Amino acid sequence: MNEDATTVVRTITFVTRHAPHGSVFAQEALEVVLLGAAFEQRVRLVFMDDGLFQIKKGQDTVALGVKNFARAFNALPMYELDRIVVERESMQARGLEVGDLAIEVEVLDAADIACMLDDSDVLLGF
Amino acid sequence: MAILHTVNRSASAGESLASCLRSAVSGSGVLLLEDGVYAARAGGLGAQLLRCVNEQIQIYALQADLQARGIAPAELLGRVQIVDYNGFVVLTCEYDKVLAWF
Repeated sequence: MNEDATTVVRTITFVTRHAPHGSVFAQEALEVVLLGAAFEQRVRLVFMDDGLFQIKKGQDTVALGVKNFARAFNALPMYELDRIVVERESMQARGLEVGDLAIEVEVLDAADIACMLDDSDVLLGF
Repeated sequence: MAILHTVNRSASAGESLASCLRSAVSGSGVLLLEDGVYAARAGGLGAQLLRCVNEQIQIYALQADLQARGIAPAELLGRVQIVDYNGFVVLTCEYDKVLAWF
C-alpha cells in the first residue's frame, strides 16, 4: 500500500438506535460521528428504532436543566456527511413523518439499509 | 463484506434482535450473547423471530451465557450453533466486520 495511512478514506456507518435523553448513547454517537467526519472519513449515519427521536423537532431541555445536545444535529450539514438515513419501518412504528424531523434525511427500507451496512468498511452501533 | 452481528438483549427487553434481523443479509452471522441467548430457546418470542430468518444467515449462541442461564443444548432451536469464547474470537476474524446491537 503506497497510500499514506492518514489519507485512507473509509466508509464508516454509524447505527444509532437509542432515544436522546434517557441514556448517554445518542450523545456519544453524535460526538463520534462529528469526529469521524472531521477526519475526512466517508461517514454515514443511520437512525433506527428510538434513535429517530434524537432528531424529532421541538426538543427543549431547559426544564430538565441539561444542555440540549440534539441542537448539534443542526450543524451536520457543515460536516458534509456522506448520507443521513432513517429507517422507514422505525418511522412507521412511531407514527413519525419526515415533517416531524428537524434535519433533512433519506428514508430507506430496512433491506436497503442492510445493503448499506454490507457496503461499509467499518460499522459502529450506538 | 460479511457482517457478524452481536445481540446482547433478550427479544422481550427491546428491539435489538428484531432490528438486527431486519438489517442482516445472506452471508451474515448473528451471535447471541449475554441476555441475547434467551432468543435461542425454542418456543419463545426470540425464537419466533429467528425461525423467520433466511437460512443463509448463521445463528450462533455463546456457550458460557447459555450455561449461566440454565439453557441446555436440547432447548435450543435446531439451527443455533453453540460457540465458546475461542469460537467467538474465530468468528470475529472470519467475518469482515462486527456490529453490536444493544
